[in-house]
Amino acid sequence: MDNLTRRRFLTMSGVTAAGALAVGATQVSWSDLMTAAVRDPLNSEDSVLVVVTLYGGNDGLNTVIPAGDPAYQQARPDLAYQPNDVLDLGDGLGLNPGLKGLKGLWDDKSLAIVRGVGYPDPDRSHFRSMAIWQTASPKTSVPTGWLGRWLDATGSDPLRAVSVEPTLPPLLAGATTAAASLPVRGLKLPDGKLGTAFAALGKPLAGEEHWQAQAAKSLQDLQEAVRVLGGAVHDQADTEDDEDDEKTKGTSAGGGSQLGAQLDLVAGLIEAGVPTRAYSVSLGGFDTHADERGTQQRLLGELDGALTPFVERMRKGDRGRQVVVLVYSEFGRRVHANGSDGTDHGTAGPLFVIGDKVKGGFFGEQPSLTDLSNGDLKATTDFRDVYGTVLRDVLGCDPGKVLDGYDGQVDGLLKV
Amino acid sequence: MGEISERAAVRRLHDRLGFGLGPGDAEAGYDVAVRRLLGVAGEGAPPPALTAPAPVEKPAKGQKRDKEARKAANKARVAQEAKVTGWWLDRMVASGGAVGGPAGAATERLTWFWHGHFATSEQKVRSPQLMLAQNQTFRKFARGSFTELARAMVVDAAMIRWLDGNDNREGSPNENLAREFLELFTLGIGHYAETDVFEGARALTGWTIRRTSTQARFVPARHDSAPKTMLGKTGNFDAKGFVDLALAKPESAPFVIERLWFRLVSATPPPAATMDRLVAAYGVRRDVGAVLKAITAEPAFRDSGSTLVKQPVEWVVGLMRALGVQPAKLDDKSRMKVLAGLRGMGQLPLRPPSVGGWPSGGSWLTTSAGVTRLQLALLLARNAELGQLQKSSARVDGVRALLGVDQWSTRTRDALAGVTEPAQMVAVAACAPEYVVSG
Repeated sequence: MDNLTRRRFLTMSGVTAAGALAVGATQVSWSDLMTAAVRDPLNSEDSVLVVVTLYGGNDGLNTVIPAGDPAYQQARPDLAYQPNDVLDLGDGLGLNPGLKGLKGLWDDKSLAIVRGVGYPDPDRSHFRSMAIWQTASPKTSVPTGWLGRWLDATGSDPLRAVSVEPTLPPLLAGATTAAASLPVRGLKLPDGKLGTAFAALGKPLAGEEHWQAQAAKSLQDLQEAVRVLGGAVHDQADTEDDEDDEKTKGTSAGGGSQLGAQLDLVAGLIEAGVPTRAYSVSLGGFDTHADERGTQQRLLGELDGALTPFVERMRKGDRGRQVVVLVYSEFGRRVHANGSDGTDHGTAGPLFVIGDKVKGGFFGEQPSLTDLSNGDLKATTDFRDVYGTVLRDVLGCDPGKVLDGYDGQVDGLLKV
Repeated sequence: MGEISERAAVRRLHDRLGFGLGPGDAEAGYDVAVRRLLGVAGEGAPPPALTAPAPVEKPAKGQKRDKEARKAANKARVAQEAKVTGWWLDRMVASGGAVGGPAGAATERLTWFWHGHFATSEQKVRSPQLMLAQNQTFRKFARGSFTELARAMVVDAAMIRWLDGNDNREGSPNENLAREFLELFTLGIGHYAETDVFEGARALTGWTIRRTSTQARFVPARHDSAPKTMLGKTGNFDAKGFVDLALAKPESAPFVIERLWFRLVSATPPPAATMDRLVAAYGVRRDVGAVLKAITAEPAFRDSGSTLVKQPVEWVVGLMRALGVQPAKLDDKSRMKVLAGLRGMGQLPLRPPSVGGWPSGGSWLTTSAGVTRLQLALLLARNAELGQLQKSSARVDGVRALLGVDQWSTRTRDALAGVTEPAQMVAVAACAPEYVVSG
């Protein structure tokens, strides 16, 4: 990569820069979003995509577990789950015991597991790898995310994307449009003179310097968000769960917490008929280089405890039944444990697709544990196949337009 | 883009190399301001004191009251973390001005910068003692030699715990620290290979931490002393050797300098000629202070296009300095609210979101941050002595001078004209785009 492209890549990752992300992008205004919700509410037949990013590189082999495979047991004797520990899925695989709710969804045939998902020439940097997943551009760097380009491509409609995270993830940044961000915490603005003056700071001003204009715009958006959504927003305490020794052992490589609260908010927005077709939420902490087993199982338990009620709640309504959830992480981890009861950065991993519209079961081939590449799993499914499928079958868009002509699919993943 | 005025440039100097203007700072000329900021820290009042907290006793395992004891220990540790964070904020606010001279402000500002660069989080370290020791190391080398700082960081106890270095020993290398050291701290992606990560991990074997000390210890028996080949060289490299090899790569200097530039000057990378001058200033000693001085001489530093959104910590510390609010003098409840506000805006010291550090630019301008910003500004304004705004007939201009803003837009003037209570006026002014952004 030349210097500029490299810088762009890092920019996308948020590691050294974030400036370029917002340059040229216009944030969706709340008034557009909400006016559309009233005038043109989400069609109950329109599908909605909810993307769950697991930051830190979730260990796929201890998520969808080949517990009976001797090669698995040998590679990580102290980390391995025994066949009777896991929730049997057939095909010699079982779910991590922390994923009890997902096992129920599997039994209902509404959980699809795409196995061995990755990309060619894997990169073991969290930031580079996450940039590849979020931009869907494995070879060359681009300054836009895959859902951002979908926004660009469908700009004339009130089809919008919302991030329920502290900062805008690169996947939602387009060249001309970026998703709106909505906080999980409650929004309470003062009234009276103070409220009026504060609101006045959001007024657009012609010819203003870029960042000052952005600052004003964010205040304008805030006013709109409070006016229309104030009641729908959870007034949740914003404290970190610091009580849990095991949970904090993964180095944070990004991502939020309170996944349950994020998904509660998404559920409320969907039920309210906000015409948003794509949501982004995240959970961090999966960078388990040491003492992995307990940490990961707890995190998967948090994922399970947040996702299962969300899917159950969505099932109860017409709009909710159109929801498809996609759960991914930037890479899996090494097949062999390191010396710290953890695993270092690896490659391919399983990906979950959940919902009533999903055809449950396994997709993609399980990577071999004996035919490795430098100790790493060989990917069997290109991640863009999954993106292409949800772009086509959930968002109703020509995937080639978003994925630079890439036209792979995971056949039969969604009921259409 | 054009050159900003001398006065605006002085204000920018204090925004970027300190935490905003202190009393009298605005009156100096540019060259004097550079000398005061980047000279040797002068004699002044001593920095805020801190009695380092003692390590929390780890509850014994397997006891009946195990769970309760763990809860109590966690609670104690959280309280210690708040104490250390509060002390650091206090120190940032006190730096410069009457205390320590403006040069103290630059040291504190760079201490803060390095915390974002070598981003380590108490979320996993779970030892305010180690976080404090790391913080003191940042301060010690803040404006000094990057070589010494990098050598100290690779064997820093908090860093070792954060990136699993304690589990890295001969025969079972743990790659986490070696990888992030090359990718995020010294070289950047594309300037090292996977084998360099692996061999680097071997070079770092042997460093361990103990509960009884804030210093990591080298245990030769755990070190892999066989030859290693990395970054094009073969030898029996150890931690220092690993650092020196990485820093010797020609890509390291521009990488470090670009990160300084990005946080202190502009999101637009320096032009090639500028980078050459900065690399020359950095030199073989890898002199951060010399780079800072060279940055202030660059035309881009005084260009109107070189604006930055203030990070929440910079915003809140600058506001407290302007308002004369010292965090240590706030009541406990208010001080906790300041920390909660920082968390709400997405930037609590000692808790970076990832090893990549905090985001910047537009990422801070979220809807939720806007609400928290107003509430926090109001809290601080209510703790400030605002008598001069009480009687001033030109309040709008008075609050501008108080916050050290170059000028208000018509929009902010109009907004401020609608409030009369001084604390509310300050809160609105602190949320104005002209204050949130360092122009």
